[in-house]
Amino acid sequence: MKILSPKDQSTMQPEENAISSGKRIILEMRNVSKTYGSARALQAVSLNIQEGEIHSLTGENGAGKSTLMKILAGAVTPDPGSEIWAYGRQVTISRPQDAAALGISIIYQELSLCPNLSVAENIYLGRELNRGGIANRSQMVAETRDVLTRLGSSINALAAVSSLSLSERQLVEIARAVHHNSRILIMDEPTTTLSERETEMLFALMQQLRREGIAIIYISHRMNEVYQLSDRVSVLRDGEYIGTLDRNQINPDTIVRMMVGRELSTFYKKAHETREPQPVIFSVRNMSDGKRVTGCSFEVHRGEVLGIAGLVGAGRTELARIIYGADRRTSGMIEISGNRAEIHSPTDAIQSGILYLTEDRKRLGLFLEMSVSQNINLGVVGQDARLGGFLNLSKARQRATASVKQLSIRTSSVNSVVGGLSGGNQQKALLARLLELQPRVLFLDEPTRGIDIGAKSDIYRVIDRMAKEHVAVIVISSELPELVGICDRVLVMREGKIAGEVGDAPGMTPLTQENIIAIATAAFSHSP
Amino acid sequence: MTAHTATVDPVSRPSFLSTLQAFGMLPILILLGLVFQFFSGLQQTGSVATAFTDGRFVSLQNLSIVAAQASINTVLAAGMTFVILTGGIDLSVGSILAASAMLGLIVSLLPNYSFLGFETCLFTGLVLGLTNGALVAFLRLPPFIVTLGSLTAVRGLARLFSSDRTVFNPALGFAFIGNQAFHGIPLLTVIAFTVIVVSWFILKRTVLGVRIYALGGNSDAARLAGIKVPLVLMFVYGMSGLLAGLGGAMSAARLFAANGVQLGQSYELDAIAAVILGGTSFVGGTGSIWGTLVGALIIAVLTNGLILTGVSDIWQYIIKGLVIIGAVALDRYRLAKTARS
Repeated sequence: MKILSPKDQSTMQPEENAISSGKRIILEMRNVSKTYGSARALQAVSLNIQEGEIHSLTGENGAGKSTLMKILAGAVTPDPGSEIWAYGRQVTISRPQDAAALGISIIYQELSLCPNLSVAENIYLGRELNRGGIANRSQMVAETRDVLTRLGSSINALAAVSSLSLSERQLVEIARAVHHNSRILIMDEPTTTLSERETEMLFALMQQLRREGIAIIYISHRMNEVYQLSDRVSVLRDGEYIGTLDRNQINPDTIVRMMVGRELSTFYKKAHETREPQPVIFSVRNMSDGKRVTGCSFEVHRGEVLGIAGLVGAGRTELARIIYGADRRTSGMIEISGNRAEIHSPTDAIQSGILYLTEDRKRLGLFLEMSVSQNINLGVVGQDARLGGFLNLSKARQRATASVKQLSIRTSSVNSVVGGLSGGNQQKALLARLLELQPRVLFLDEPTRGIDIGAKSDIYRVIDRMAKEHVAVIVISSELPELVGICDRVLVMREGKIAGEVGDAPGMTPLTQENIIAIATAAFSHSP
Repeated sequence: MTAHTATVDPVSRPSFLSTLQAFGMLPILILLGLVFQFFSGLQQTGSVATAFTDGRFVSLQNLSIVAAQASINTVLAAGMTFVILTGGIDLSVGSILAASAMLGLIVSLLPNYSFLGFETCLFTGLVLGLTNGALVAFLRLPPFIVTLGSLTAVRGLARLFSSDRTVFNPALGFAFIGNQAFHGIPLLTVIAFTVIVVSWFILKRTVLGVRIYALGGNSDAARLAGIKVPLVLMFVYGMSGLLAGLGGAMSAARLFAANGVQLGQSYELDAIAAVILGGTSFVGGTGSIWGTLVGALIIAVLTNGLILTGVSDIWQYIIKGLVIIGAVALDRYRLAKTARS
């Protein structure tokens, strides 16, 4: 039934044990393949989904998860010979409407709502209740209120979606799916933009949907979420089905081995020396912007990786941006290696050697239609240019080629369009641009958001190397295992202030996920 | 969960917000009216004290002239509102107006079919608009390019139909719409107001209306929700063309004539200005038809008031342009302030 290459045999798991749990199989993929030209995206993948289960699908970027999900959503047509069975009969899904008719809904990573419309209008988008073309608004609003109440939310059905937070928007998408009788929900990286607390609420909602018999296919790069939630975990690698683990078989080492064929223990790097007190190479004093950031001071020692943790909205990105000169600050002083740096714009910051990797690489970082080489060279074309403004193309090619090699950016050529790369490779290309500028202080804002394990590992390698080369590296991240794994010291922000500090050094509050959460959420435990 | 997800904020209710946006420019309209009342009075008598009472701007007769002058632009701007709400643009309405008026007049001169003049105007506009729509929706060409092309091509058609001459029909069958009044209100004004009400109904009360806003707000989401995007696009460009055709009929009725070179020249710019003055977002998704009405009235008041106060033709252009920019800047400032508080 499935084709396995020899290398996979060791990690193969029996998938038939699913039957023993007694739940009904409502969706089954049999021998699903997809080839684009000569590239094989999926090779004879077989997988089944039971009602009322949370089924995680993992694998590195490019493993075929998105292609498989696009096939289920009707956005991609599989190769001939592929079979999809739903509710015991074979079906063809050739358009998004077919998927909807089968009760399959995707909660998109890039949210698919109209921000200008109300919650109720979005829930009924494309299937508005009407009498002869005239919209029946009162009924749509009333039913929207019902479904929101059922999901335990108090979002106003008349509120414009643009006024909602990201987690509320996600809830609206889920409500839309549930309201239109979806039996199978596909969630693609739903927690990347959520804070810890919002993530917990989403998980509670997922458990409720599971109890109602809805099957959830859950795609996430965050391993701890996969362990916490899943009834079963299936792994894809290079377009092939590797295996499915039952609840009692799920453990981090097995999954990572199945995904990448290497052990977890070597994953995080923290080889830089921090035991001896080192001189301060970067410090900021009393940074405020009058709104989201109040009186933040900190310093980075030589050879140290500093983390900044906090809930979404705690002011972490805002702090980095005012240091970088991207936003106006009302007070604050910056020193690099003991010398005062006057920074009022990103241009000043770059000249002083302060660089900032944005959290939103697609919107604020990369030029998606431009080539890998152009993106990498963007910061240095000026200094490389000859005779007052002529591009030095050979130098550019040289730089791009070296970067691609050094950061293992997977691209067919340095002249490929950067928008065509996977998320991880895009991120590495953006990081390469910053590295070309010889940073002395490097802010990395969510450097591994939404990227695969291989690319994460490459980025950790760069962070480690920068720290060894005495660059002050400051990592802003919402992924606590990452902060604990790569940082020597972590500042925890809360409501625009630095609320606490945890670290490896003796005498400090120990650097653990629990301590970070405790500091980050203290404000909530005091509020009514 | 409940405490955190609560967004029960009556101020952010969309109905309230859109009302606020719609009437955002109304104070400017009223202010302009008062300014012109004062200066026309001042110019008349030279006395500051009695300038307001002597002013000629606020009189039933003058206001009805203003409304009639605004009517054709209002109709064009209503169609433009549909298009801009989807994130598109229609540069061809002035040319479509000319071609429609031209064909309508030509048909009205045919011995046996003269009664079809009005219908010909509408039909011509609709066909040309749907052509724009088909190019945008099915060939996926950028609206700016498509309608820039038809701006030129349709202008050429208008001249071709008439062999590049002015067509004149003193016995035009539907001329009454341009020259008669209904209970004292010019029929042109009645037509324009009806167009606004019908447009409001389509945009705010029908499924199609929601889909137009949805398309402008997030076209990918609209597509994923199963909305037939090409049909919505065909509708908005068709509507814009149809209303340009209606505008053609209104022009022909008022003038009894049409000239392929001059008629409707740069009308598209006034229509776009009215829509933007009315607070509709240039990238689509937000805006209202009442705002467009206020925008069209501002432009008409400016034109009328500047003539009334004796400002020279050259300065009229300069002042009009600056007022448009200033009004929109003021509106942005005001909206940013409400968003912050």
